[in-house]
Amino acid sequence: MTAPPTGHEAAAAAVSPAVTGPGTSTARRPGRRAATLIPCAVVALYVLVALIGPLLVPYDPVHTPLEDRLLSPGSTTADGSTAWLGTDGLGRDVLGQIVHGARTSVLIGAATVGLSCLVGVTLGAIAGYARGWVDAVLARVFDVLLAFPAILLAIVIAGAFDRSLLLVVVALSATGWIAFARVTRGVALSLRERPWVDAARVMGVPGREILRRHVLPFTVGPVVAMATLEFALVVLAEAGLSFLGIGLPADTPSWGQTIASGKEYLETAWWISTLPGVALSLLIISVGILGDQLTARHRHGRRSA
Amino acid sequence: MTALLDVRDLRVTYGRRRGAFRAVDGVSLTVAPEETLGLVGESGSGKTTVARCVAGLIRPDGGGVHFDGQPLGPVGRRPAALQRAVQMVFQDPRSSLNPRMTVAAVIGEAWRTHPSAAPGGDRAEALHRLLADVGLDASTASRRAGDLSGGQCQRVSIARALAVSPRLLVCDEAVSALDVSVQAQILRLLDDLRRERKLALLFISHDLGVVHQIADRVAVMRRGEVVEEGPAGDVMSAPRHEYTRALLDAALDLDDGTPEQTGTTRDFPA
Repeated sequence: MTAPPTGHEAAAAAVSPAVTGPGTSTARRPGRRAATLIPCAVVALYVLVALIGPLLVPYDPVHTPLEDRLLSPGSTTADGSTAWLGTDGLGRDVLGQIVHGARTSVLIGAATVGLSCLVGVTLGAIAGYARGWVDAVLARVFDVLLAFPAILLAIVIAGAFDRSLLLVVVALSATGWIAFARVTRGVALSLRERPWVDAARVMGVPGREILRRHVLPFTVGPVVAMATLEFALVVLAEAGLSFLGIGLPADTPSWGQTIASGKEYLETAWWISTLPGVALSLLIISVGILGDQLTARHRHGRRSA
Repeated sequence: MTALLDVRDLRVTYGRRRGAFRAVDGVSLTVAPEETLGLVGESGSGKTTVARCVAGLIRPDGGGVHFDGQPLGPVGRRPAALQRAVQMVFQDPRSSLNPRMTVAAVIGEAWRTHPSAAPGGDRAEALHRLLADVGLDASTASRRAGDLSGGQCQRVSIARALAVSPRLLVCDEAVSALDVSVQAQILRLLDDLRRERKLALLFISHDLGVVHQIADRVAVMRRGEVVEEGPAGDVMSAPRHEYTRALLDAALDLDDGTPEQTGTTRDFPA
């Protein structure tokens, strides 16, 4: 009895992609699903470029062939190679700067998010699980730091010391962990009331084990969603610091520095500032959408659970 | 016979100052070894609060809980032997198990926390024996809470409690979330285990019929106080307090066929 419907469904499935017009929601769905994958694909492309791009596109920040300065995209340089995205005011290849800058941005983003996540999740989980005065103190600390403008604090820290990659990571993590702490605290507060946590407490399972086994695994969803959004903010903040000249050392390629170096030539050589800016914007937008998708999926998952 | 569990003049207040609510107001109870005490009352009467004090999940504001002569403080401060001695089964079968842990991991955690209760030889075999004792097959060991029915989850919760060989099992509305036929099975299981393992039960429920099936003695709570206490048969057939009568009447209205009540008030013509 099952054979005819199965055959019919198979036929319908085979026909539906070709059918267009109203009432063919099944035919449109694959396209929509592919569209939701675009941000993920763009982010993956950036990570790929960050990982292997510098091996394919050489770039030397102190090699400044002045005869090649301010070449427009697609020009041929003095040594016969093609500058696909043009050159900057010192004759350095813009494509090389974007590719190497991608590595810097992804590295700083990942390191800062990793550090913030570690500190924030630990403190947030402790605050949410312990409650009492521990929570009262930590929650006030989170609130006070949240009230402080993040970029200002980063500028103060980054400006007070010698420029280095580690310093940028620390300066950006100084406020980045608070978002993680607040999210984790909220989840831990609600998880603490679950009967399985009570059951573990009655059993005499030590608090550290309860946190590790019965609370932390359930914070992964919101923390991952938070991490993506935080990654976008960090990349943007790093570019901002480097633009201001208090971020990375001058010999580290960075989108912020490239954009800053092109600001005197905006009228004559638009490509120096514009192209790294486009690269930056595309990454931030894609990561932002990806983060929203993850947040929505997490919320949906919670509702159905 | 001396009491195994002795609750004296227990007081618990939620909130502070003006919003304070006294959930338990001077409750005294005793549970003898191998006895089942049923604690009944409507929602909000403070029965669960009493259970959580006994389990050590909340700290009372006044009065004390003693087990076998030793004071029972918050669970984290109890010596390991006392942590093992008092175990609890919760109301919601599914969420009393961590949804990410397999049944084997749940029981394993109990044994890891209390190595003195862990079986000496083959753990897998001991696990299968324990699951068989609560009426579950060996194949359940690799499943998670989401793959089990409510009754099966509750059996796993009971197995987790039994894994550390307790002497008192606190059942907080342990069968209320189950349907009637499963309720009867779990009640029978609890009663059998009580006899085989020489457990005492503190059985909390709002359902008088359920309490009648399992309890030796019954205490009735209302607004944080015990209004009546006595052998189950006496309290059910000849309630002294009007609140108990009201509870019994309410139960009768919903459940006409309760056989133990038919003799007194309802004789159905054949």
